[in-house]
Amino acid sequence: MFNDLQTLCLVIVLAPLAGALLAGLGGGILGRAGAHTVTILGVLVATICSFVVFKQVIVDGMPPADFTVYEWLSSGNFSLQVGFLIDPLTVTMMSVVTFVSLMIHVYTIGYMHDDPGYTRFFSYISLFTFAMLMLVMANNFMQLFFGWEAVGVVSYLLIGFWYQRESAIFANLKAFLVNRVGDFGFLIGIAAVLMYFNSLDYADVFAGAPDLAGQQITLYGTEVWSVMTFICICLFIGAMGKSAQVPLHVWLPDSMEGPTPISALIHAATMVTAGIFMVARMSPLFEFSETALNFVMFIGAVTALFMGLLGLVQNDIKRVIAYSTLSQLGYMTVALGASAYAAAIFHLATHAFFKALLFLAAGSVIIGMHHEQDMRKMGGLYRYMPVTWICCFLGTLALIGFPGTSGFFSKDMIIEAVHLSTLPAAGFAYWSLVIGVIVTALYSFRLFFMTFHGSERMDRDTWEHIHESPAVVWVPLCALAIPSIFIGLFLVGPMLFENYFAGSILVQEQHNVLATLGEDYHGPWGLIVHSFTSPMILLCMATGIFLAWIGYLKQPDLPGKLAGWLKWPYRVLVNKYGFDAFNQIIFAGGARKLGALLWQIGDVKLIDGLVVNGTALTVRWFSGVIRHLQTGYLYHYAFAMIIGLVFLLVFFVHRIGFAGLTP
Amino acid sequence: MLIELQMILPEIVLMSMACALLVFDAFIPSERRHLTYLLAQLALLVTAVLVVASFPQITEYAFNRTFVDDPMSGAVKAFILVITLFIFFYSHDYLKEHGILKGEYFVLGLFAVLGMMIMASAGSLLTIYLGLELLSLCLYAMVAMHRDSPPASEAAMKYFVLGALASGLLLYGISIIYGISGTLDLQEINNYILYNSERLPMLVYGLVFIIVAIAFKLGAVPFHMWIPDVYQGAPTSVTLFISSAPKIAAFAMTIRFVNDAFMHLTPEWQGILIILSILSMAMGNIIAIAQSNIKRMLAYSTIAHIGFLLLGIISSQSVSATGVTGFADALFYVVTYALMSIGAFGFVILMGRKGHEADELDDYKGLADKNPWFALIMLIFMFSLAGVPPFVGFWAKWFVLKEIVATGLAPLAVIAVVFSIIGAYYYLRVVKLMYFDKPVSMTAIKATQTMRAVISLNGLAILLLGVSPGLLMTFCIEVMKL
Repeated sequence: MFNDLQTLCLVIVLAPLAGALLAGLGGGILGRAGAHTVTILGVLVATICSFVVFKQVIVDGMPPADFTVYEWLSSGNFSLQVGFLIDPLTVTMMSVVTFVSLMIHVYTIGYMHDDPGYTRFFSYISLFTFAMLMLVMANNFMQLFFGWEAVGVVSYLLIGFWYQRESAIFANLKAFLVNRVGDFGFLIGIAAVLMYFNSLDYADVFAGAPDLAGQQITLYGTEVWSVMTFICICLFIGAMGKSAQVPLHVWLPDSMEGPTPISALIHAATMVTAGIFMVARMSPLFEFSETALNFVMFIGAVTALFMGLLGLVQNDIKRVIAYSTLSQLGYMTVALGASAYAAAIFHLATHAFFKALLFLAAGSVIIGMHHEQDMRKMGGLYRYMPVTWICCFLGTLALIGFPGTSGFFSKDMIIEAVHLSTLPAAGFAYWSLVIGVIVTALYSFRLFFMTFHGSERMDRDTWEHIHESPAVVWVPLCALAIPSIFIGLFLVGPMLFENYFAGSILVQEQHNVLATLGEDYHGPWGLIVHSFTSPMILLCMATGIFLAWIGYLKQPDLPGKLAGWLKWPYRVLVNKYGFDAFNQIIFAGGARKLGALLWQIGDVKLIDGLVVNGTALTVRWFSGVIRHLQTGYLYHYAFAMIIGLVFLLVFFVHRIGFAGLTP
Repeated sequence: MLIELQMILPEIVLMSMACALLVFDAFIPSERRHLTYLLAQLALLVTAVLVVASFPQITEYAFNRTFVDDPMSGAVKAFILVITLFIFFYSHDYLKEHGILKGEYFVLGLFAVLGMMIMASAGSLLTIYLGLELLSLCLYAMVAMHRDSPPASEAAMKYFVLGALASGLLLYGISIIYGISGTLDLQEINNYILYNSERLPMLVYGLVFIIVAIAFKLGAVPFHMWIPDVYQGAPTSVTLFISSAPKIAAFAMTIRFVNDAFMHLTPEWQGILIILSILSMAMGNIIAIAQSNIKRMLAYSTIAHIGFLLLGIISSQSVSATGVTGFADALFYVVTYALMSIGAFGFVILMGRKGHEADELDDYKGLADKNPWFALIMLIFMFSLAGVPPFVGFWAKWFVLKEIVATGLAPLAVIAVVFSIIGAYYYLRVVKLMYFDKPVSMTAIKATQTMRAVISLNGLAILLLGVSPGLLMTFCIEVMKL
């Protein structure tokens, strides 16, 4: 029944699920060590199997496989199935997800060491791995949606992991609600797909896309849209929620309330990239709507630049990285809009490594500082935490795209691709990204200098206890630092310019910017040399680093003065452009007021009072009355039967006519 | 002749073993009564094996066409035998616990099963009547078995008198049909109706009597009056029996009448059944709300479910439209209903102990605290009866509703859904009592391991069929290709 690949795929998704169930339900019996052993074992098995599949597909060149393992139900020509689509895009995501997840599982042993919710935490992160794998391996929209919602649920559970904290509960509710907005769009998109393609299978939908390219849909009144644009924008709204694009980004910084491994696993490396992955997966649809691509690119560019700026004024170490994540997600989204899907996925992969690295390094610092997250109370840590310091430095280099690091290849390629794009939004996007490079370098080195260099600003008590983190913490750091630096070197050629994503991503001729780029491609070293010969990006980066050096090492009082001179822009940034306040007052406040109104008038009086209780009372009253028909007297019963008989006789024989009633 | 005998081999074996058991039981001391029980189970098992082994692929007739052997009869017999196996499991425990473990229960049960099998295979009006009377007489005696219990005796008396009345109506209807057509053979009656449409009024006159008798057997309003009293008064093991297997047999009997004999009177019997169906769903669901005794509540729930089952029979007209006969939905419905019903009544047995029938709703308060596993099993039964996915009760309703809509009777489907929602109230109330109320007493469940295992199996079967309803539905469609 199952061939090798099917078994392997089932093992990949089920191993983490088994680990999650064992740790979650049997955590009390297994104990702490037992819980982390089973979950790590499950994820390890999944990682190894993923690598095996990766080798089969990428190295051995196995053709894409699309198969159904279980049919849940079918109704007419519509069926809900669990199935896997194994192609280069999928295996890339599988490998990244399982590897990062494995590192974080190991790291968690050290980070969560003293936490009472230890086993629960392991169960959640394994469950998350399962859900994420279901999402990336899906071969139909239903399963995609299942994985999409499942990662959302786990994310909700994990942001509120420390559920005694008021702020954690607020943050997870916020994440949940904002994601709901995105998911609503996503669901409409899926419904539209079902309506127009009459199927939820990727294969059917993608095959039918070219035929539908010209079709129109009337939204309201006389507003006419292309069907493809409508579907793509709805799907992208889902991606905006999950991948935290403006204006649905507000939940991500708050999600840092969760434990740091979660910030690394879910809110930097994997879950937030689900939206990017989804759009890349749907490239056969997006390619037929330039409007949607423009929209995607514009949103991405806004996110990339303006969210990066916010990172400049944050003092919480994790929040700076969170805003950096937003900004990097913006880069990926711009790449999607420029039809450089491969570049987006490439940046997604490299970003997963170096951002997980940065988060874990931040986590290591937080452990060393005894759960102090304010950078103003750090400084000079390089003396006490050398391993963390080096790892963080490497991660920072990768993030700003220093020539030769993996971040350099992926980010530069995005900027070049956008430069070549002919879409109307490309000009704006290009300059946003270039300015974004300065901003990235500035906030990255601001974080690095404030934490590890400069004067030691922590109080004496903390200072006495600063220590390097244990091996379970720094080993994953080193394991992540290696791909953060080198993976770009090996993957840039194959992934972007060779036929790596054969068949899994569709790019139309007129959008194919990567092919144009590929004409001038002469290997990774050529790219490094090129960055020095036409050094605009490099100069931008150097400017950023220089500013950070001036402001946070040389003249530490300068930023404060600057903030004093530029009061108004500074306040805009500190208030995060007012998104939070706006949402809080208009949406949250308004919804609560409206809710209270409807509750008072609609619910309590009308629905509860009249409809629900009224109906219930009526039914109960009626029930109480007619139960008395059941008198218990035999002759009443017999009488009822005879009455019934006579009634039926009269009614039915009458319809035909009594006249014929002769023997 | 030999082939004809082979065809009724299961019936012959069952009858012989039941007779032997009757004699055997008279000679063994009462402390070894469980032997009777084991032998009765063996008889069922052997018969079931014979039925399955000689499962008919085509329709064959025996004994001058008084006996029919077709896929439907084979399936119905197999279902009845399996359900009765479960019933005997539950009953044995109950009878032992309450000190009324007598061989008669099992012997009567076997004869009742024989009657049901004959009903399922009836090819003439007379065979139907024979089977029905054999079944009914056994049931009357079973209800009265607990002689010292006044409610049981009262219930038996009511059941007997009303049953006799229904029997009389049936005979009257049969005699009218015979008087007009001059035959007892179902197929010949069918042909007669086709070529003698001028006799329609008289035929309908006879038909009404027959349908009324069927309605009594099934328990459709307004011929349902016996059900609450008998269900509540009879020992739970008997209630369990009456509420499940005979419903499947009654379904088979209905198909024999309406499809084999009265196919050309379809508009007429459909009209009658629509009225009965709406009344049953309405009365059953609404009166159930006012009950505080769970056996009585389940009795009204039976009535409501019968209404739904009738919908399945009514929708037989969609044969040409979808290629699936509505009868298949009805078979699916009645089989899964029997499975849920024995589960629910079996649960009442499970909760009870000597001198205490756990048949008040208050007995279920706080069960989840005392015994979470069995609370979960009961939750499965209740959700399934209410029609909540993913349990099989949902699919049963779904298939019936789908066919009803396909038949073009959408308003009927709306009525069915509305009453299902009203009905959900009293099922969910049980769940609420189990999970959200404080226990009244902390007495633990005192049931044997077998009982626990069988009822868990029963619950899981409902869940399994709910996850893949196709298993059973494909079979139902296969056997109902009439």
